[in-house]
Amino acid sequence: MGNARNVRNAQKAGHAPDQGQADRDSRTDRAGGAAIRVQDLRVVRGGRVVIPGLSLDVPTGQVVGLLGPSGCGKTTLLRSIVGVQIVASGTIQVLGQEAGSPGLRDRVAYVTQAASVYPDLTVDENLGYFASVLGIERRQVPGAVRKALAAVDLADRGQDRVGRLSGGQLSRVSLAVALLGSPRVLVLDEPTVGLDPVLRRDLWDLFHRLAAAGATLLVSSHVMDEAGRCDRLLLMREGGLLADDTLGGILAATGCSDIESAFLHLVDTAAAAPRPGTGEETR
Amino acid sequence: MNAHLTWATSARVLRQIRHDRRTLALLLVVPCLLLGLAAWVFDQTPIFDTVGGPLLGIFPFVIMFLLTSIVTLRERQTGTMERLFTMPLGKGDFVAGYALAFGLLATIQAAIASLFAVWVLDLSIAGPVWMLIVVAVVDAVLGSVFGLFLSAFAATEFQAVQFMPAFVLPQFFLCGLFVERSDLPRALELLSDVLPLSYAVDAMKEIVSRTDPGTDVAGDLLIILVFVVASIAAGAATLRRRTA
Repeated sequence: MGNARNVRNAQKAGHAPDQGQADRDSRTDRAGGAAIRVQDLRVVRGGRVVIPGLSLDVPTGQVVGLLGPSGCGKTTLLRSIVGVQIVASGTIQVLGQEAGSPGLRDRVAYVTQAASVYPDLTVDENLGYFASVLGIERRQVPGAVRKALAAVDLADRGQDRVGRLSGGQLSRVSLAVALLGSPRVLVLDEPTVGLDPVLRRDLWDLFHRLAAAGATLLVSSHVMDEAGRCDRLLLMREGGLLADDTLGGILAATGCSDIESAFLHLVDTAAAAPRPGTGEETR
Repeated sequence: MNAHLTWATSARVLRQIRHDRRTLALLLVVPCLLLGLAAWVFDQTPIFDTVGGPLLGIFPFVIMFLLTSIVTLRERQTGTMERLFTMPLGKGDFVAGYALAFGLLATIQAAIASLFAVWVLDLSIAGPVWMLIVVAVVDAVLGSVFGLFLSAFAATEFQAVQFMPAFVLPQFFLCGLFVERSDLPRALELLSDVLPLSYAVDAMKEIVSRTDPGTDVAGDLLIILVFVVASIAAGAATLRRRTA
């Protein structure tokens, strides 16, 4: 069964998979290894140290939540992982390759916090363009677009101009773009903010279905309530990790009953410790 | 560079413009209205026959410059460019896609304006009309790739709009429209030698005044095309996959 999954993953790896890469993917899958490996990442923006030195692993085939308050460096970390952030030092490997390298560009999907789609095009036209950029064959574009729109519950809005949609619909169009072309890693920056609870639940279900099919998802949120929806959690504050564990693990380690108090507990512990914000205390 | 990705990008840009009917109308009508106004202003004088041709080279350049600098700036600001750069799209594909899309729009615009000038405004030209159209099209393409390149240095729309007076109006004064380039003060003449609009106006003047301007126009066009290619290369070089 594991083998069948690996074969499927290798096929999903892109329209022009290189065999060595597919093998490496299979190995990481079998080993339950890390799809994303960040080591000693340091990012400075505008003279301010946003991430002083961060290391983490995101295991393959899981939905990992990146939780933390606004301004703690979540977006900077995600941008570094997709390779659009200038980093001062450290290494980031995604699917065994250096973050942002050309071989990853049709296998890693990124959804920015603000919807990155063209407001003056229709929903179908937006998805159609990104599908061709991703190298999806012309004949398969309409099918891929339909499938992606159905997944975000916008199947009947294909002809609508994106600029006329509501904020929630807009961010779902942006999310639908990321679902084109069956990416192996999805990096989603606050994809569920401002959405109706029913839709939010449906999207988290979708994330778990994608993970069950072998994809890896890193999903950021500043809403602690979403912790329960993730396989693992990365708690972030002031550019460092407070915790990297399952929800159960974090609650057990802190002796708290909910994630909000656990977060506060960890902040207090970190403040008392000699090296704050490195996450050492919880590992 | 990949022809499929370049064309997909061009088609997308053209669709954006198509949805914006008013922009499309402005694009096609404004140059004609301006030329008509100029012809009316110079109604009792023979001046329109000398400035009409150069203006045909200048208007598409200015309009396309503004349009591209704004549209690419918008693409940087809305995050679509960042998203595209996490995808398998090359910088060259991006810039060439824009150049091709605006080149097509420019062709239509320049053709309409040229035919309007010759047929409706009775602009008398000694050379062939098709040559007038070709030069106008190349000028418009030059304007769009130049705007695309300069938009890299604008952080806001306020800045981008002011690049027009800063980088285009000086060329307007130096291109030989008001004073023959050879009559300019020496320093300004040398400066005008390295500005692309000078060659656009030179070419237009040749077409207006000579029955067989072919070789001189070809020389001017070649220089303008070098500017076009250089702007595309510079435009692609200013795009960054990674930003701070």
